[in-house]
Amino acid sequence: MKRGMIDFWVGLFAVAGAAALLFLAIKVSSQSTLPATSTYAVTANFENIGGLKVRAPVKSAGVVVGRVTGIELDPNLYVARVTLALDARYHFSRDSSAQILTSGLLGEQYIGLEPGADDKNLEAGGRITITSSAVVLEQLISRFLFSKAETAGEQTPTEHAQ
Amino acid sequence: MTNVLVRFFARLGAPLTGAIIKLGFACRFFLAILRHSPTSLLRFQLTMREIWFAGVLSVLIIAVSGLFVGMVLALQGYETLVRFGSSSALGILVSLSLVRELGPVVGALLFASRAGSAITAEIGLMKATEQLAAMEMMAVNPIARVVAPKFWGGVLSMPLLAAMFSAMGIFGGYLIGVQMLGLDPGSFWSQMQASVDFRGDVLNGVIKSVFFGVAISLIAVFEGYDAPPTAEGVSRATTRTVVTSALVILALDFVLTAFMFTGM
Repeated sequence: MKRGMIDFWVGLFAVAGAAALLFLAIKVSSQSTLPATSTYAVTANFENIGGLKVRAPVKSAGVVVGRVTGIELDPNLYVARVTLALDARYHFSRDSSAQILTSGLLGEQYIGLEPGADDKNLEAGGRITITSSAVVLEQLISRFLFSKAETAGEQTPTEHAQ
Repeated sequence: MTNVLVRFFARLGAPLTGAIIKLGFACRFFLAILRHSPTSLLRFQLTMREIWFAGVLSVLIIAVSGLFVGMVLALQGYETLVRFGSSSALGILVSLSLVRELGPVVGALLFASRAGSAITAEIGLMKATEQLAAMEMMAVNPIARVVAPKFWGGVLSMPLLAAMFSAMGIFGGYLIGVQMLGLDPGSFWSQMQASVDFRGDVLNGVIKSVFFGVAISLIAVFEGYDAPPTAEGVSRATTRTVVTSALVILALDFVLTAFMFTGM
């Protein structure tokens, strides 16, 4: 192999490798974690976060506006304190409400933000006060069974009376 | 009596001490390569030849294997996903498994058997035919002249090859998923893009392949340098390179995965 040919093939190899990396970077993946400078952090307390994970998206009207950056248990109130990093481009009023939703039947859980009507906006370090917890399937089923049992209990005496 | 006992225990421990001595020599050898790297990297032409030898000649096997692995992943994944009515998640399945695991790991296994064995055989034969000794006679350091360029050639080639493997695999998945099974190309690519994170998945895969590149190259040059200078010794060293590399890659992969993808 002549020296020039080796250089040529190695150069081609480097270009092909760089092209593969570029393909993975542009076509296959996206930069989901926003840089820390363009976000602001707010917290929200939930009674139950269900299966919410760190890095789950925060959506408003279906648009991703931020990410969950931290989940921890508040040792005094025994509620989950979720930290959200919201995109600095978007501002939400102070009485916005947050709820934990599921995308699809088996999909991942995310936080949905509903804007409120207050003039003042949420600021960095602020807290979303109106929250609703994740729907836990077991609780849903047991509530359904209890209500079913109650209606059945109301019906039984009338059957006796007949 | 005590003499017999001492000899008995010495023979019992010999394999272990032998392995530790070899490991110690390998560490010293690694430091020697690093010390001689600047001088050999200054003459980049040497490393260039080794990149051609280890990297360029491996492109074909890497690309073809990647294509087939991606195609198999798409076929198998489709069978399972279509049962849950979520066949549009096929792109996610193919790309995440390739970028995170299969690209670096299978690419490294192929690289070890394609290029690692060749490096070992070449250095081993140079030692058996006393070319390395002849270099030392001419005051040319064989580590700087022969070993370090081969080491760096492997280290530089591995991440590029792993990226090519992943890219070809995803292309293979696209061929099967979209062209053959008739999935919607828009949702295939956009779902993939939405759930593959550049820093968390792609860059971690590249970091993995760098680690694998260092491990394979070190094992390959070390086994060649350490081989007994006989025909049998060289053949055994070549086998050991492939076997040790495969074990080290898989063990290292577990450790790196535990570091990277847990606690998220």
